[in-house]
Amino acid sequence: YCLSGHPTLPCNVLKFKSTTIMLDCGLDMTSTLNFLPLPLVQSPRLSNLPGWSLKDGNAFLDKELKECSGHVFVDSVPEFCLPEVRLRRANNLSTVDVILISNYALYDALPIHTRHTGFTAQCMPRNHQCQKAQSASLLLPSPLKDAVEVSTWRRCYTMQEVNSALSKIQLVGYSQKIELFGAVQVTPLSSGYALGSSNWIIQSHYEKVSYVSGSSLLTTHPQPMDQASLKNSDVLVLTGLTQIPTANPDGMVGEFCSNLALTVRNGGNVLVPCYPSGVIYDLLECLYQYIDSAGLSSVPLYFISPVANSSLEFSQIFAEWLCHNKQSKVYLPEPPFPHAELIQTNKLKHYPSIHGDFSNDFRQPCVVFTGHPSLRFGDVVHFMELWGKSSLNTVIFTEPDFSYLEALAPYQPLAMKCIYCPIDTRLNFIQVSKLLKEVQPLHVVCPEQYTQPPPAQSHRMDLMIDCQPPAMSYRRAEVLALPFKRRYEKIEIMPELADSLVPMEIKPGISLATVSAVLHTKDNKHLLQPPPRPAQPTSGKKRKRVSDDVPDCKVLKPLLSGSIPVEQFVQTLEKHGFSDIKVEDTAKGHIVLLQEAETLIQIEEDSTHIICDNDEMLRVRLRDLVLKFLQKF
Amino acid sequence: MPEIRVTPLGAGQDVGRSCILVSIAGKNVMLDCGMHMGFNDDRRFPDFSYITQNGRLTDFLDCVIISHFHLDHCGALPYFSEMVGYDGPIYMTHPTQAICPILLEDYRKIAVDKKGEANFFTSQMIKDCMKKVVAVHLHQTVQVDDELEIKAYYAGHVLGAAMFQIKVGSESVVYTGDYNMTPDRHLGAAWIDKCRPNLLITESTYATTIRDSKRCRERDFLKKVHETVERGGKVLIPVFALGRAQELCILLETFWERMNLKVPIYFSTGLTEKANHYYKLFIPWTNQKIRKTFVQRNMFEFKHIKAFDRAFADNPGPMVVFATPGMLHAGQSLQIFRKWAGNEKNMVIMPGYCVQGTVGHEILSGQRKLEMEGRQVLEVKMQVEYMSFSAHADAKGIMQLVGQAEPESVLLVHGEAKKMEFLKQKIEQELRVSCYMPANGETVTLPTSPSIPVGISLGLLKREMAQGLLPEAKKPRLLHGTLIMKDSNFRLVSSEQALKELGLAEHQLRFTCRVHLHDTRKEQETALRVYSHLKSVLKDHCVQHLPDGSVTVESVLLQAAAPSEDPGTKVLLVSWTYQDEELGSFLTSLLKKGLPQAPS
Repeated sequence: YCLSGHPTLPCNVLKFKSTTIMLDCGLDMTSTLNFLPLPLVQSPRLSNLPGWSLKDGNAFLDKELKECSGHVFVDSVPEFCLPEVRLRRANNLSTVDVILISNYALYDALPIHTRHTGFTAQCMPRNHQCQKAQSASLLLPSPLKDAVEVSTWRRCYTMQEVNSALSKIQLVGYSQKIELFGAVQVTPLSSGYALGSSNWIIQSHYEKVSYVSGSSLLTTHPQPMDQASLKNSDVLVLTGLTQIPTANPDGMVGEFCSNLALTVRNGGNVLVPCYPSGVIYDLLECLYQYIDSAGLSSVPLYFISPVANSSLEFSQIFAEWLCHNKQSKVYLPEPPFPHAELIQTNKLKHYPSIHGDFSNDFRQPCVVFTGHPSLRFGDVVHFMELWGKSSLNTVIFTEPDFSYLEALAPYQPLAMKCIYCPIDTRLNFIQVSKLLKEVQPLHVVCPEQYTQPPPAQSHRMDLMIDCQPPAMSYRRAEVLALPFKRRYEKIEIMPELADSLVPMEIKPGISLATVSAVLHTKDNKHLLQPPPRPAQPTSGKKRKRVSDDVPDCKVLKPLLSGSIPVEQFVQTLEKHGFSDIKVEDTAKGHIVLLQEAETLIQIEEDSTHIICDNDEMLRVRLRDLVLKFLQKF
Repeated sequence: MPEIRVTPLGAGQDVGRSCILVSIAGKNVMLDCGMHMGFNDDRRFPDFSYITQNGRLTDFLDCVIISHFHLDHCGALPYFSEMVGYDGPIYMTHPTQAICPILLEDYRKIAVDKKGEANFFTSQMIKDCMKKVVAVHLHQTVQVDDELEIKAYYAGHVLGAAMFQIKVGSESVVYTGDYNMTPDRHLGAAWIDKCRPNLLITESTYATTIRDSKRCRERDFLKKVHETVERGGKVLIPVFALGRAQELCILLETFWERMNLKVPIYFSTGLTEKANHYYKLFIPWTNQKIRKTFVQRNMFEFKHIKAFDRAFADNPGPMVVFATPGMLHAGQSLQIFRKWAGNEKNMVIMPGYCVQGTVGHEILSGQRKLEMEGRQVLEVKMQVEYMSFSAHADAKGIMQLVGQAEPESVLLVHGEAKKMEFLKQKIEQELRVSCYMPANGETVTLPTSPSIPVGISLGLLKREMAQGLLPEAKKPRLLHGTLIMKDSNFRLVSSEQALKELGLAEHQLRFTCRVHLHDTRKEQETALRVYSHLKSVLKDHCVQHLPDGSVTVESVLLQAAAPSEDPGTKVLLVSWTYQDEELGSFLTSLLKKGLPQAPS
């Protein structure tokens, strides 16, 4: 099931062996671009925008819609387009057993999924109500938990909900194997994209599904991607590729630095709208090296976010999740990220918000990192209003999630310079082809968008996934049956039982053994135990009723195979005292007549038919003789 | 018969130089590689020549696992890997990998530079040795090779201490290293899931002690320290740089802050400052409280504790000094001890276990006149206190862990023989788990009976499970199938499928018996009578009367026919396949007895 139309913010549900697994639940926030920014202080400009009325003159909406430079915006608390809008029709969310989260950007919708029934959200009553994912245990690599940014989401869900959602989270480490109901095993693997980001392997004993989401082959700060474990997958689900396949992240970083330097030298300020974790660590590291060489070491860097401090601190203590270089620094022992030094030397300062200490320390020109990258809420709104009028200042967009033109729309007209250097280290299509060649999955599944060139550049045939066999694509709210059939399941045989088996070699290298055993199934695990000894018949003092003798037809007799050579069979019969044997040939086989006993034995290639009088003794004798020639299974 | 073999090369009925050899399903693993604090000769390292006699270690051992960074668990590692020669993987956790080389280097310095020992490992050897280390995460399942996998659990003893599960197929061994079942001020408690290993190898340092509440001990400790400094005495606390030191520092720090005390606390320099830094960077390995508060205040940034200088020891007035090493066998702690021993106002508090042969052990066992090097006799007048702050599990904790993991058997190491004996009995009586305590060089062999995993075709399994859902499911069900063994691939399939896969045709064996019945009525009526008779006898079976006049019982077919010559006799043809043998045979004998007189 696919619940999200956005290829980089996937939300898929996988049903596998009676477990239902939700893979990521990202929140698509591009819808916020249709709203006006939420200023921290009343802004006269924004509140004086002319009202915009619908042609039918709907008075109710009048107050909420405003016009700015030809675009219409909604003036209210932003609302988000939820991934499960159509889900409730397609599937019942309460059946989700577990949600697997790949990286910090992909669990924004989590509190919504775990919300209790009956709660009507302040801003989105129309589709927020959704069943609590019952008994959902959430698995998540540990650094993610701590990097959570909550303050800006208050409108969408409350702190309480966030906490209750977080309390359901179970932290896991890379390569930790987690059993789900004994049926499947899930394993997170390093994906190399961000601190603690992961790909997942969902496997049973005979099938393997890999889920690749937001992976990177570039070496930035996190542990490099684990590719070897993805090998031999039956199905590989591929999501979260780069959003700007044409841009080279290294080049973009260079551009970022030079633009930043240029602005600051001219006495302007630089605003970097960004998320409070992820790429910012790399940006700070680049700046650390760059500002000294560019002679800008006196320019203050400000990082403003309610979680700025924790984000920076937490990044230092997760050495185990970092790449090798950073790990060996910890062994010295030194902090793994150079921003510790920036903080120590007072070059980088961090504040929870623009209120308080920040206003005292504020010095221009400066570089400010703050959120939210959509420019619709967070402290960034304030800086846009403050610096937007001067052409000395520059805003540099590094997050590729939002179209920068749309993000800027409500601030028009704008004098400040805008530079777009999106940095997206996720896999591009060339890397994907290389990866697929490397890991050789039987099938590839990916969002539809990846199977065709982007609409804007339809001639770029290289900007799509190319693999053999062709990738299977899915669309929003579409259900895709994965192309493999489960045929085997693991079962354990007790050693006592194994000892009692008698294998026979049928063909060279292949042996068979008939197994009759008691099946025990517990927690989705199967065990074969030796069958109980048949109970000794109780001595026949009581007169048995007729029905007591009725045999238990559940005792299965083995199947027979082979064919009977007539001549040898007749010889055997003679040896056992049968005389007067007549053999007639028929079209398909032979008929052996025992005239004395009025018995007829039809022998054909694949069947034997014994027709006799009701003489049990005789029949059993004949039966045993026939069986001698056949193999039992 | 598959078996697990365990041979301690060190730590068998002893504390120190932990080194245990485990053979499990053809794989050989060495657990820890420690040195013995009490010896300075050949006995300080395990006897590695035992392992292979003269073969190469790399060929014999699949991997080496180090549980934590204490020297009695990793001290012999460079000697083992570089001087004896081992090139395979060495597994340990990240903090262990970070701290281990520092302690080794420190140990080397004391041994070579101070005591002038020759033929010891060099700094370069330590570095080369650490290159062979593979770091593991908690709970990460590391695939050593195709069959052997290891998994680390939190052990709580010191920063980065871990328990390891070693698993091959369905056989597994858990080695605890040193662990602590009660959370303390900076570390959490050891935890393991119910992994049901075949064997649990556990330490048993405090096999006989059941410690009183930690709170009492802490109060006691603070009281003694406080009293001593109040009357102007000096307190010496010999510690190892990492582990208890941090715990006691946090304890004293908070106490000093609360009581607003001004008496200086010193911490011997070098190692320990660095050590505190490690703690800051490995916050995720500490306990929850520290993890939660570290953003606001890192617990390992002490306000009242300052670095120690050698000259301070002669300063007048009270002070508290943490000095290394912890067993008073060498280094700074011993120097200070010698200076202060003569004054009865002073106090030495031993917070941990002391191995035999160390000064610490001697003063704890009550000796007051010590013979030092150069035949000097040192008279100890200062007060000697022992307070167990070592983060080892006590008897209760060990039992608790055994209960958690539910092993088939337990093996004790890292403890004194007498105490082990006591715990062994306790485990065997209370938990009914067999328990072993081999001495060094003694091998324990445990037969195991691993189940054999095979693949079962889903069709067969589902068929059986579906039947199992019937009301009388409580009865154990029999499953029939055929095991196909091809090379080393085992698959269990239904018999039909097995025949099909092998290209064999099924051979049908059918029986038809003529049963003569005396009945003058017509065939159809005979059939009807047979039907009602069978129906009444065979209540559990499916008896049907078909439109063409024949009767079926399950898949056995009965047909009545009238031979022309005798109208009083009908012949009943009973026909069945070999698979219905029992039923068919039963029916013929039943019918032979004749039909009951029909109610006219």
